[in-house]
Amino acid sequence: MEQFLQQIVNGVSLGSIYALIALGYTMVYGIIKLINFAHGDIYMLGAYIGYFCMTYFHLGVIPSLLIAMAICTLLGVIIERIAYKPLRNATRIAVLITAIGVSLFLEYGTMFFVKANVRSYPPLKGILTHSFKLGSIVVTAQQILIVCITIILMAFLQFIVKRTRIGKAMRAVSLDRDAAELMGINVDNTISFTFALGSALAGAAGILVGIYYNSINPLMGILPGLKAFVAAVFGGIGIIPGAMIGGYFIGTVEVMVAGYGNSMFKDAVVFAILILILIVKPSGLLGKETKEKV
Amino acid sequence: MLEINNLNVHFGVIHALKGISLKVEEGEIVTLIGANGAGKTTTLRTISGLKKPTDGTIFFNGNDITSASPQDRVRMGISLAPEGRRIFSSLTVLENLELGAYLRRDKAEIKKDISMVYERFPILKDRRKQAAGTLSGGEQQMLAIGRALMSRPKLLCLDEPSMGLAPLLVQEIFDIIQDINRKGTTILLVEQNASMALQIANRAYVMETGTISLSGTGAELMQSEEIKKAYLGG
Repeated sequence: MEQFLQQIVNGVSLGSIYALIALGYTMVYGIIKLINFAHGDIYMLGAYIGYFCMTYFHLGVIPSLLIAMAICTLLGVIIERIAYKPLRNATRIAVLITAIGVSLFLEYGTMFFVKANVRSYPPLKGILTHSFKLGSIVVTAQQILIVCITIILMAFLQFIVKRTRIGKAMRAVSLDRDAAELMGINVDNTISFTFALGSALAGAAGILVGIYYNSINPLMGILPGLKAFVAAVFGGIGIIPGAMIGGYFIGTVEVMVAGYGNSMFKDAVVFAILILILIVKPSGLLGKETKEKV
Repeated sequence: MLEINNLNVHFGVIHALKGISLKVEEGEIVTLIGANGAGKTTTLRTISGLKKPTDGTIFFNGNDITSASPQDRVRMGISLAPEGRRIFSSLTVLENLELGAYLRRDKAEIKKDISMVYERFPILKDRRKQAAGTLSGGEQQMLAIGRALMSRPKLLCLDEPSMGLAPLLVQEIFDIIQDINRKGTTILLVEQNASMALQIANRAYVMETGTISLSGTGAELMQSEEIKKAYLGG
């Protein structure tokens, strides 16, 4: 039982990171029906920006987090404007291939500048090195930090999407782009804003994972990116609460498989889940069956 | 108020509008009738800026809006209730109406206009918290018109507002259109239901495969043998 609870604690921490990445996938898909395969690489860049802030500028976790989020936001918008906007009326497959190209560009562009070797985050100081014991369950301060930051960011996202003018515009554009245009909504700006939000969350996830696992490299975004994509599909792609649920689910499953089964299989199980969803309920947990519009 | 000159629109190699010209004067109800595929919807989409013309000009209140963005056109006072209603189905009725006023910042006035829409369509008030997709066809059409009114348009374009509605409801929708017009909004109406449209229209244009084949006052066209044969089932 204790081991189970311990795995839940670990799963929730990892799941927070997947959930943050999955949100970006799902929002971008919701608004332009694109699986943005470069999204995992924004997360990688967030981890590197955090690394540089903490190692060379000796900034604390929170300032580094905010800087990483800000720069990732900017990058997300720039990528959208340069790579995806010119393809607004192109076929979906053309945009998808472009996304894969952007992904490779970011991975190997980063490798060119920072070299391919693994880097370690600087050791944490003060309260963040503590861990707390509840019976025989250990909760580290880092885990608490990860979960708290994730919850704050999700609450903030919910507020933006549900309560603000731009959030309303996002929902309208994702439901019907032409109709949104007829309301006077600037569709291009709304799409840029969606990329900005998603990239900010991915940047935050990047620095959190750097703190948690301590090692980063230019290709670190590939696998978590794909898993976050599975999480988004599990929850119902395009649906924001679905991405949150999916992220926590995938994180917990992965940790359970590693803890109870064989950690060799933890990635395989995640992708087996993807296959299962696609067979059983392709629209995902919260998705409604929809007909393709003609 | 609206003046279209020699408008040409292409979809790839298809020449959808072949140099049409038409005018809508302030205070009028003008209707555009014609068979399926004649280019009526394309005309409205081009007026609202969703489709870019390949040639020709569109003037609105003396301003050249040929290359203006859809947002600017809404701001200037052009509003379209599109074909098939296109309401935001998973948003509530109220949220749909609020989106209609997206470009406006005058909160108090928006509230007033929402209650005016509710007054005109009491059923929408009862259903304001409901997802718009759960409304019946007629209610959805009312919502689409209400939403289009929320930007306080000077020119309201309506694309097939009677489509798929029961005859009694069609009459109701046409009464509402006339009432909106009486309260000062100019109307450009695209309709398949030619006889109803001609009855309420000051002037009408008949479209045929991308061109305007006939125009005149509503009454004149109703008497025209050609029209009777082709569109009025006589």
